[in-house]
Amino acid sequence: MSHHILEIDHLRHVYPDGTEALREVSFSVRHGESVAVIGANGAGKSTLLAHLNGHLLPDAGEVRIGHVPVDRTNLNEARRTVGMVFQDPDDQLFMPTVYEDVAFGPMNLGLSGTELKNCVAEALRRVDAEHLAGKAPYHLSAGEKRRVAIATVLSMSPDILVMDEPTNGLDPYARRQLIGLLKEFHHSKIITSHDLDMVLEVCERTVVLSKGVVRADGPTLEIFRDEALLRECRLEKPLSMQGCPVCGPKGR
Amino acid sequence: MASVQGALLDLKRLDRLAGGDTPLHRLDPRAKVLATLVFIVCVVSFGRYEISALIPFFIFPVCLVSSGRLPARYLAAKVALVAPFAIAVGICNPLFDRTVLLHLGPLDVTGGWVSFASIVVRTALTVAAALVLTALTGFASICRALVSLGMPRTFAMQLLFLYRYLFVLAEEGGRAARARELRSFGRTGRGLASYASLLGHLLLRTWQRAERMHMAMLARGYAGTFPAAQHGSFGAREFLFVLFWSALCIILRLYNGAEILGTLVTGYLP
Repeated sequence: MSHHILEIDHLRHVYPDGTEALREVSFSVRHGESVAVIGANGAGKSTLLAHLNGHLLPDAGEVRIGHVPVDRTNLNEARRTVGMVFQDPDDQLFMPTVYEDVAFGPMNLGLSGTELKNCVAEALRRVDAEHLAGKAPYHLSAGEKRRVAIATVLSMSPDILVMDEPTNGLDPYARRQLIGLLKEFHHSKIITSHDLDMVLEVCERTVVLSKGVVRADGPTLEIFRDEALLRECRLEKPLSMQGCPVCGPKGR
Repeated sequence: MASVQGALLDLKRLDRLAGGDTPLHRLDPRAKVLATLVFIVCVVSFGRYEISALIPFFIFPVCLVSSGRLPARYLAAKVALVAPFAIAVGICNPLFDRTVLLHLGPLDVTGGWVSFASIVVRTALTVAAALVLTALTGFASICRALVSLGMPRTFAMQLLFLYRYLFVLAEEGGRAARARELRSFGRTGRGLASYASLLGHLLLRTWQRAERMHMAMLARGYAGTFPAAQHGSFGAREFLFVLFWSALCIILRLYNGAEILGTLVTGYLP
């Protein structure tokens, strides 16, 4: 049995106020695959992500991690397997120092002593943030916060990384740095974003959500070439695929 | 609201000072917390007409500031910020307590004025000590020290969360207030009503954030207890530090240092 396969099967979720955020969502992510989930505001992306580590439980259908359905009995296992990086790093960094924040997950998993120290150091090293270990989260810049937030998840060695709008609010340099980082990870990845240029670089496959259903699922480049589809889902070609404003409309 | 944000920035500076690297900074937080507690208890336990005996106590914050290489002017400004509260507490004393205690030439000084001054001096001393402690130790380390000295873990957790999200909340509140201000053009806008809904929104947003944070904690294996942090070592240096300052504070509490110094000096005068 492999933990690396994530299957989302006829998922439906209705919020208590009657909003049907997900109507029927099905797709699966294989080992090592990078999948982008894109869609307009309110398409159901965040609701979908909240199901992936059992924060929300489906009204119908199921999420399976390594062929095991996520339910109340195996939440802890699901949460270790699926590392979730939140949209707002301030939600994720709640401990007094960066070190303690990165150590929070591994400590809860029972690590201590040098094992813990090595684990934290390694996670921080991978996001190039060793020098931030002793700092308080509110003293960090947005880019640093984002990298540390990723380290807090990496330290639990998840099999699948889930990220909500990872490039949101970053300056071009920090964004570039993050893209480089994401490309280095060999985890299975699920990324939601409105930054389609980043999606183009990082994810080979894209799932388009629209009004709670999967509208399209295929190779990223193919999907981004389908202008009619994009328009229908309130999306637009990534800038790098549009014509240059100076040398005229050519595009890929 | 801008001033609130400014004050918070200042708070961040206080926090940054704790990153210093002097022998005092390196001392185990528990030692500093204990010494400060003894100091505060000694200062607070004086009678209400006492001023002269309080003055020697300034040696504690002054010594720590100088050997911890802290910016004295900045800390003094912080202490001054609290002065209005002390004045508000003590300002009625001169009105009620009119017994004349001493004469300075033609001036009769009443008990009320003496106790008022005593309150102000005591506030300055205790607040200065607390600020110096924070600047030398950092808020998180103080909380941890308090836990290892017996404070319930839940309190510490509450305090740490409070401190962590104070900044986030103030920024959100500051933004909302600025947005309101920009659209009210110097008038009162819709007055208090608009503040009420602003606060309501802030509360709801705090609620949502709390939910997301809880989600983030659960996602990382939180099961109701915070893992214990590692402790520093309480060695000979810490022991000496606590012993020295506690002994000095207690001696200064029992014997009036200013008076002894006075008699020593005047004793040698012809």
